[in-house]
Amino acid sequence: MTTRIRAIAFNTFREAVRDRVLYNLVFFALLLVATAPLLGEISIGVQRVLLINLSLSAISIFGIVISIFVGISLVSKEIERRTLYPVLSRPVGRGEFILGKYCGLAGTLLVNTMAMTTGVYVALLLMTRSFTRADANILIAIYFLFLQFIVIIGLALLFSSFSSPLLSALFALSMFVAGSFAADLRGFAAMSHGPEGLLARAASYVVPNLASLNVITRVSHDQFIPAALVGYNTLYTLLYATATITAAVLIFSRRDLK
Amino acid sequence: MIAAGVLVVSMAASFVLVRKIEAVYPSAPMEDVLFISSPEFVKRASLGYSGLLADIYWMRVVQYFGRKHQRESKEYKALAPLLDIATTLDPNLVVAYEWGSTFLDQPPPSGAGDDEAAVALIGKGIRNNPNEWRLYFTLAFVQYLGQHDYLGAAKTFEEGSKVPGAHPWMKIMAAKMLTDAGNLETARYMWQNIYDESTDKNLKQNAELHLASLVVDQAVPQLESLISEFKARTGDNPTSWRDLIASGLLRSIPRDPTGTPYVFQSDGHVVVADWRKLPFITRGKPQ
Amino acid sequence: MPRSFPTNPMLAVEILGLEKTYAIGFWKKKRKDGLKSLHLEIQQGEVFGFLGPNGAGKTTTLKLLMGLISPTAGTARILNQPWHDPAVRARIGFLPEQPYFYDHLTPIELLDYYGTLSGISAPDRRLRIPKLLERVGLAGQGGTQLRKFSKGMLQRVGIAQAVLHEPEVVFLDEPMSGLDPVGRREVRNFIQSLNREGKTVFFSTHILGDAEALCHRVAVLNKGELRGISVVADLTSQNRSRFEVVWQATAAIPAMRAFGNETHVAGEVARTIVRESQLQAALEALKSQSAQLISVNPVGGSLEEYFLQKLGEPDKVPR
Repeated sequence: MTTRIRAIAFNTFREAVRDRVLYNLVFFALLLVATAPLLGEISIGVQRVLLINLSLSAISIFGIVISIFVGISLVSKEIERRTLYPVLSRPVGRGEFILGKYCGLAGTLLVNTMAMTTGVYVALLLMTRSFTRADANILIAIYFLFLQFIVIIGLALLFSSFSSPLLSALFALSMFVAGSFAADLRGFAAMSHGPEGLLARAASYVVPNLASLNVITRVSHDQFIPAALVGYNTLYTLLYATATITAAVLIFSRRDLK
Repeated sequence: MIAAGVLVVSMAASFVLVRKIEAVYPSAPMEDVLFISSPEFVKRASLGYSGLLADIYWMRVVQYFGRKHQRESKEYKALAPLLDIATTLDPNLVVAYEWGSTFLDQPPPSGAGDDEAAVALIGKGIRNNPNEWRLYFTLAFVQYLGQHDYLGAAKTFEEGSKVPGAHPWMKIMAAKMLTDAGNLETARYMWQNIYDESTDKNLKQNAELHLASLVVDQAVPQLESLISEFKARTGDNPTSWRDLIASGLLRSIPRDPTGTPYVFQSDGHVVVADWRKLPFITRGKPQ
Repeated sequence: MPRSFPTNPMLAVEILGLEKTYAIGFWKKKRKDGLKSLHLEIQQGEVFGFLGPNGAGKTTTLKLLMGLISPTAGTARILNQPWHDPAVRARIGFLPEQPYFYDHLTPIELLDYYGTLSGISAPDRRLRIPKLLERVGLAGQGGTQLRKFSKGMLQRVGIAQAVLHEPEVVFLDEPMSGLDPVGRREVRNFIQSLNREGKTVFFSTHILGDAEALCHRVAVLNKGELRGISVVADLTSQNRSRFEVVWQATAAIPAMRAFGNETHVAGEVARTIVRESQLQAALEALKSQSAQLISVNPVGGSLEEYFLQKLGEPDKVPR
C-alpha cells in the first residue's frame, strides 16, 4: 500500500517540478536581491525586522498560491485529461490515490519552503555576519507556515473533489481568508446568542485556525514562541488535514468519473 | 463506516485543539495589531474595503475592552488608538463614537478615565456626523460627568437640541445643567434616558449599572443617618440591622440593587457586599 | 481468420445485469440510460468483440467493469471474483478510449510508474519495459517526453501499459481508432499474439473488419441495449458471396426491394446488398428503370449483414 502511495506522490512531485512550479524560487531570490539596497538605507535593527517580515511573508504567499492552485488541479486535472483511468484500473484504491496526490504536493511545498529558508538564512548571514539564538526562532515561524500549506492543500483537495476548479479556488481562498480571521470569528460568536450564535460558533471552529500559524510579526521582534504552541499547532494541523482528506476521499470514492 | 468515523473524530479533536492553542497563544495581542498605528495608512492599505476593515477593528475594540475588563486591568492604552483607526476607516460608525467615548471617559477600572481622549473622539464624531443628535448628547454627557464642565455641557445640549429629530429632553437637559447640575437626580434622569434610548446592548448594560450605583449612592447616606439617629435615641451603637428594625427605624433588612443586603460595619458605616457588581458607586465602597 | 478457441469452463468475465442510468441536467432530475440491464459471458482464452455505433454503451460497459463508474444495478465477476475486488485489478489490463498520459513523462518513466502501481518489482520492471517498448514499436523512443508523441504513438504506449503486468484479461476500448492502416495492422497482430499467449481479449470497436479478423465471438450493442451475440466463424462459414450494389435514381425502385433492404446513401444515391444468385436480376431491374449503376462490389463480411440486422437501423452504420 505504501509503495503505491509513494509512487503516486513521487509522480505528483515530478509533475510539479517539470511543470516549473519551483520557478517561484527564482522570483523569491530576485526579491531578496532586490530588497538588499533598500535595506541598506535603514538602520541595522529595523533591517533585520524588515528582512524577516518580507521574506517570510513571501514564503507564505508563494506557498499559499501554490497550495491552492496546484491543490485544486491535483485531482481535477487527472479526471479532465482521463490520466486517472489507467491508474484506477490497477490495484489502486481511490483513497490511496488521494493520499498519494496530497503527499506529493506536500512534498513539493516542503522542498520549495526549504529552499526558500536557505535563502533567508543566507541573506541574514550576509547582513549580520553571524547567527544568534534568536535566528533559530525564524525556523519555527517557517515551520508554522508549512503547517498552513498542509491545511490549505487539504481544503483545496476537498473542494476540488466535488466542484469545478474555479469554484474550488474561490472556496479555498475564502477559507484561507476566513481562517486568518478565525479568532475574530470566535470572538464574534461569543458575542452573539441564540441560533445565530451557535451557527457562528460552529463556523468559527470549522474554518481552519490559521491565525495562530502566522507568527511572522512576533518572530521578527524576537518574541518567544511557547513550545506548547509548536506541539498544539502540529497536532491541530494533522487533525485538520486528516479531516479534510477523509472528507475528500469519502466524496471522491462515490464519484463517477466522466 | 471507518472513514466517516475518522472524519468525525479528527474534526472534533481539532476543535479541542483550537481551545488549547487559544490558551497558550491568545489570538493576536492588540499591541501587535497596532504595529501599524497610522489610521490613514491602514485605510489606504485596506484597498477600498475600509468599511469591512472598520467593522473588524470595531469588533476588536469590543473584544479588547471586554478582555481587559474581565481581567480588571486598569490599562486601556490601546483603546483610544484602536477607536481612532476604526472611526477613520469608517467615519460614520456612530456606535464607535458613542460607545468609545463612554468607556474612554469612565474612571478606572471600568474605563480608561481619559476624558480628553473621549472629548477628542466625540468631537471627531460630530465633525463627521453633524446631524446625529446622540453624539451631542454623548459629548455633553462627558463634559458633565467626566469634566464637571456644566456650562460646556449646557451649551452642547443646546446645540444638539437644534439638530432635526433631536429628542425633546435635550432642551430640558440644557436647562438642568444651568440650574442643578450637581444633583443626583439630574444624573439619574440622564442615565435613565440613555437606558431608554440606547440600542446598543453594552451601552444599555452600562447605563443600568450606573442607575443601580446611583441608587446605592442615595441609599447609603440615608442608612447611615438612620444609624446616627438610633445612636442619638438610645445612646448605644446598633450591632445589626435587627436593632434598627426592632426600634422601628427600618421595616426590613435593606438590600442593594443586586439584591444583596447592605453590610453593617461596626464603625457605623454602611457598605455594599460586592462593589465589583456596582462599579460606579461613590458611596458605600469598602475601604 | 480467427482460430477456434479452446473452451475453458472458467469464465473470464461474467456480466450479470449491469445497468447504468446517468442523472443529467443541473438538478440531476432527468435520467439518461447509459446501459440497460446487460448479461454477458466471456470465456477464458477468447477474443471477444463489442460492436456498436458511437454512444451504444460500449465505453460505459468497460468503465463499469474497471470500477471507474458505479452501476445503478447489477453485478459482474472477473476471473471468478467480484469485479470491484482490488485483487482482480492486478490480473487485468485496460486501454481507455483515446488514451492520454502524463505528458511530462517519458514512456519508460510512465511504464515504471504504472508497473509500480500494479505491484511489479523494480528488477522486473527494468527487465520488461525495454522489451515491451520494442514489441509495440517504440524501441528508440523510450526517453522522449510524451508531449512530443503523435496520437498513434500514444496508442502504442497505451497498449504497452495495458499488458505490462502480464494480465490474464485485457480490455481494450477502441484500440484501432485514430491509427493509420499500418498501425491498425500492427495492433491486429498484437491482439492475435496476445491471444496466442492465452490471454483473453475483450475489445470494443465500431470497425467491423477488425472484429471479423480478430474475434471468436461478437456482441452487438445499440442505444445501451444488447442486440445479439454470435460466433463469427458460424457467420462466415455460411460462405455465401454477396455484392453491394450502388446506384443513382430519381425515384425509389420497388423491384429492388425484392433483393434486399434498400439503403439511402446521399442525394439520389442508394445501395443494397444482394446474393450472388440475384445479382444479375438486380442489375437488370436497375437497367429497366433506367437507374444509373455506380458500383458493384463483393462484400466479404457476413458479419456486416448480421450487424446491420441486429442494429435494426442501417442508416447509422459507421463506415
